Amino acid sequence: MTGSESEWLDDEAGPVVRPYALTRGRTRPTREGFDLIAIIAAAATASFAPPGAGPEHLAILELCVRPHSVAEISAKLRLPLGVVRVLLGDLLEHGLIVVRKPASTNQTPNEHVLKEVLHGLKAL
Amino acid sequence: MDSRRSDSYHSQRPAMPLAVKILVAGGFGVGKTTLVGAVSEIRPLRTEERLTDRSLGIDDTTGVEQKTTTTVAMDFGRITLRDGLVLYLFGTPGQDRFWFMWDELALGALGAVVLADTRRLADSFPSIDYFERRGLPFIIGVNCFEGSFRYDSEEIRNALDLDPEIPVILCDVRQRESGKQVLITLVEHVLAVMARRQRTVGAGY
Repeated sequence: MTGSESEWLDDEAGPVVRPYALTRGRTRPTREGFDLIAIIAAAATASFAPPGAGPEHLAILELCVRPHSVAEISAKLRLPLGVVRVLLGDLLEHGLIVVRKPASTNQTPNEHVLKEVLHGLKAL
Repeated sequence: MDSRRSDSYHSQRPAMPLAVKILVAGGFGVGKTTLVGAVSEIRPLRTEERLTDRSLGIDDTTGVEQKTTTTVAMDFGRITLRDGLVLYLFGTPGQDRFWFMWDELALGALGAVVLADTRRLADSFPSIDYFERRGLPFIIGVNCFEGSFRYDSEEIRNALDLDPEIPVILCDVRQRESGKQVLITLVEHVLAVMARRQRTVGAGY
């Protein structure tokens, strides 16, 4: 761990990916998997965030005053999905967000939901 | 997990919608994002995923020192169907790579639209193969580009070697009404597939 920076950043080290620095190198959220279309809402304002919270944590809380999907959070804050998931895991740990899982997470969509979707599309 | 301090906040917060998704697949340049944009209530958004060890397979932790970082981009749109029900439309990333991302996208999807261009029908084969293998209901939307020869649905069905029950619909993905019709056709198809599967299960008793 005492090598100079140039030794660390040779080709073998691979590219340096800054976004994962936000998650302190973690690439997986602690618990919840956070589906692409899971809906996230802030359960508390950013002022309740613990002192260790980074600006990205706060940005998510501010955005999710109105509920947003995981994919939307990633797109609007321009953060890779994997990073967003780790940050959401932190926020969930602290009880700062609530999550609504999507309608179906397996191969058999709910017939009632499908009919609702159909009616909704026809009414557009 | 929910702390007491958040209770009053909860009551003021807008209700959390239930989300569903539909995939839009097909070859490069066939109009996936155009279709998403035509029916979406928002300008299509783009989300990105960095290729991490996840994509290398659970058992394969060797050789990670040589991995290259790749970014997979997905465009998506949103349609609020009613208060509390939101449909997301995801364009699938390139067909030849990123299958791990397809798996994530397909998980829990209602179904898929495979867009095809009659000048390059073979470009839609990988998508069709993928959804057939996975058992995810899909329809074919034939994007009628200007200047392309018009074939009828049956000719295209034969060329794609599709089961007779899979709908083939001609469309213009730039038109909202046409895009809407594609989605309606898909959801009707998914309901029909479900009804058939239930009958098959029922006949087994």
